[in-house]
Amino acid sequence: MNKYVSKEKNVKIEDRDSKICETIEEAIKKSGLKDGMTISFHHAFRGGDKVLNMVMNIIAKLGIKDLCVASSSLASVHDEIITHIKNGVVTQIYTSGLRSELGEAISHGLMDKPVQVHSHGGRVHLLQSGELKIDVAFIGVPCIDKFGNATGSKGRSQCGSLGYAMSDAQYAKYVIALSETLEPYPNAPASISQDQVDSIVLVDEVGDPSKIGEGATRMTTNPKELLLARRTARVIENSGLFKNGYSLQTGTGGSSLATTIYLSEIMEKRDIKASFGLGGITGTMVYMLKRGLIERLLDVQSFDEFAAKSLGENPNHIEISANEYANPSSKGTAISQLDVCVLSALEIDINFNVNVITGSKGLLRGASGGHSDTAAEAKLSIIVAPLTRGRIPTIRSRVHTIVTPGETVDVVVTDQGIAVNPRNVELKKRLKKAGLTIVDIEDLHKRAIQLCGQPKAIEHTDRVVAQIRYRDGSIIDEVRQLA
Amino acid sequence: MKLRRSMLFVPGANTAMVCNAYVYKPDTVMFDLEDSVALAEKDSARLMVYHALKHFAYQDIETAVRVNPLDSPYGLLDLEAVVRAGTDIVRLPKTDTVADVLDMQAAIEKIEKKIGRTKKTQLLAAIESAEGVVNAVDIARCTDRLMGIALGAEDYVRDIRTQRTKEGNELTAARAQILLAARAAKIHAFDSVFSDVRDKDGFIAEVKKIKNLGFDGKSLVNPNQIYLLHNIYAPTQKEIEWAFEVIEAAEHAKKNGLGVVSIDGRMVDAPIIARAEFTLDLARTSGLIGEDDE
Repeated sequence: MNKYVSKEKNVKIEDRDSKICETIEEAIKKSGLKDGMTISFHHAFRGGDKVLNMVMNIIAKLGIKDLCVASSSLASVHDEIITHIKNGVVTQIYTSGLRSELGEAISHGLMDKPVQVHSHGGRVHLLQSGELKIDVAFIGVPCIDKFGNATGSKGRSQCGSLGYAMSDAQYAKYVIALSETLEPYPNAPASISQDQVDSIVLVDEVGDPSKIGEGATRMTTNPKELLLARRTARVIENSGLFKNGYSLQTGTGGSSLATTIYLSEIMEKRDIKASFGLGGITGTMVYMLKRGLIERLLDVQSFDEFAAKSLGENPNHIEISANEYANPSSKGTAISQLDVCVLSALEIDINFNVNVITGSKGLLRGASGGHSDTAAEAKLSIIVAPLTRGRIPTIRSRVHTIVTPGETVDVVVTDQGIAVNPRNVELKKRLKKAGLTIVDIEDLHKRAIQLCGQPKAIEHTDRVVAQIRYRDGSIIDEVRQLA
Repeated sequence: MKLRRSMLFVPGANTAMVCNAYVYKPDTVMFDLEDSVALAEKDSARLMVYHALKHFAYQDIETAVRVNPLDSPYGLLDLEAVVRAGTDIVRLPKTDTVADVLDMQAAIEKIEKKIGRTKKTQLLAAIESAEGVVNAVDIARCTDRLMGIALGAEDYVRDIRTQRTKEGNELTAARAQILLAARAAKIHAFDSVFSDVRDKDGFIAEVKKIKNLGFDGKSLVNPNQIYLLHNIYAPTQKEIEWAFEVIEAAEHAKKNGLGVVSIDGRMVDAPIIARAEFTLDLARTSGLIGEDDE
């Protein structure tokens, strides 16, 4: 054999395409997946994800047990994991979010080991620090070429940014890409590139396009959400940061989308342009980009088809990885350049701590997401929530679970008043001067209790079912098993 | 003079709306026990509105209740409940004559006396017929309890045998009559509701029109209409600056013992000062000027 001829030249032509496996079983066997290992998934397909359940069912059939599942988040479509937990296939979970039946079952003590709930940036930190070692990453992608170049901005199940998958691919020992569309080599521009992919499996479908953006782009007509949105837009307008070149992240949900619309109106009127919009990107942000109100979008996750499409077409719509987005130990995050972020909350307490993970009954039913990341690094973090939801007060004396510490929160906007963190004296002055009603957070709390009554304490045991990891890896709070 | 730009209709049987309406800060919340409430819900709606009126959340907002007609089985029961619960205003269901107002007044007086209510319940008459429009001048002047008259356009156009249009020409006569009657009696004039809540542009056009006509405000059917209306009623930056100048000049005159002052050669007297104060009030309520930090 000629030692100066590359290995590739010596293999038979057909073997150069040997990354493609006939079945998922074959790819799993090649990966060397064994009992006790860690596997990962990403959540770019949101509620339309088909990959996790498909792969887990095959792993269960193969008889592999005691796995740690590290998914960048979990949606209600993933309730099937419950069976795998009961059968001992899955014994540990790392995730940003937990919802519906799975969240409920875990809250009632389904698992022996507590679930590790991380933020989007915190996940990459855990990968980087070595606590979370992915043995095999299963990465669903809308299209791929035979050598592993994959993108989310083409294909039937177009999901847009593969930001979370990019960081998983970077750190995993073995990467299996699953796709439904084979593109001619080289598929470019690629989000996941050939040098990161070990095996490829073509499957019938990786996602359900109708559910990928479900619920995210709904423009609300709910008067309370619109009221909150107008108020939030006015807070931003009068924050002192609202000038040419400012940057923003608004997220999803009725109020956030509406905030973006109202903000666009104010920006047009005052001739102000933003330098970039960040985060989970929605159609409304794309609209601002198209109208020239925002110069660039940095997209770690595309929340709807408009965002996914724009990412593929518009050179100013840029895909970023979770590492670039928010990892506190990366060499530079996008959120560190961010002026304003608008965030939601399940509960907020009088110390401005925010809970986005457990509901009013103490059940795991939310997601840490980029909440604590952006609150920590953006110049202005605004939490938007109605003072009460039905008969449940949103403002509490203490939140059931801390996800985002109060020190990192600047303003709480409710339908019955705005509270500014007392450490932000200057902001309070500015907002008051602008004619906004500023109240103490204690007064908001008192009012909420006056309206709803004091809620009964949640009864729980001492057993920990989930640990909330702050972005630096520390445990900021623990969720206990419900009694 | 109290600001009464927005009067939000809240169906008395709609729990969510009754629980939330104050959040949107209309100038007046108008609970309805009449047309929006089904017969089967008359009692429960009355009970709910009674409790809402007594709830702390409704203590710092003006409240009105549209009651059922006195000649219906519900009218008196409604009055008993809402006058006791402390409503600021009772809106008459349909007012054709002076007698309609005086009958309602008599019934309210009786209840107030019985319970020892000292704060007089005010009245608002809804003009919804040709007869009512013709009698508007007398109606507006018939009692000092009457704080305003309002046009109810839907029934009115049926009565004069036409229908509503986008341009609103069919309401020209009624609007003019009601406005003049109210102004002559020095009470408020309110325009009718704009029902198509999705037609934002149509709503804005109508509000601009009735503001120019001189109406104090308008009845509203959806909270999303409130801020649109308040924006149109809000003073302009120029008006606010003028008002500040007037107040400053007036204060200067007072301090220096001057009788009258002038700005740009125009005399500033009491009515001008009152107008300037009103403008600043409006600007403050509209969130256009804020308080300086304490």
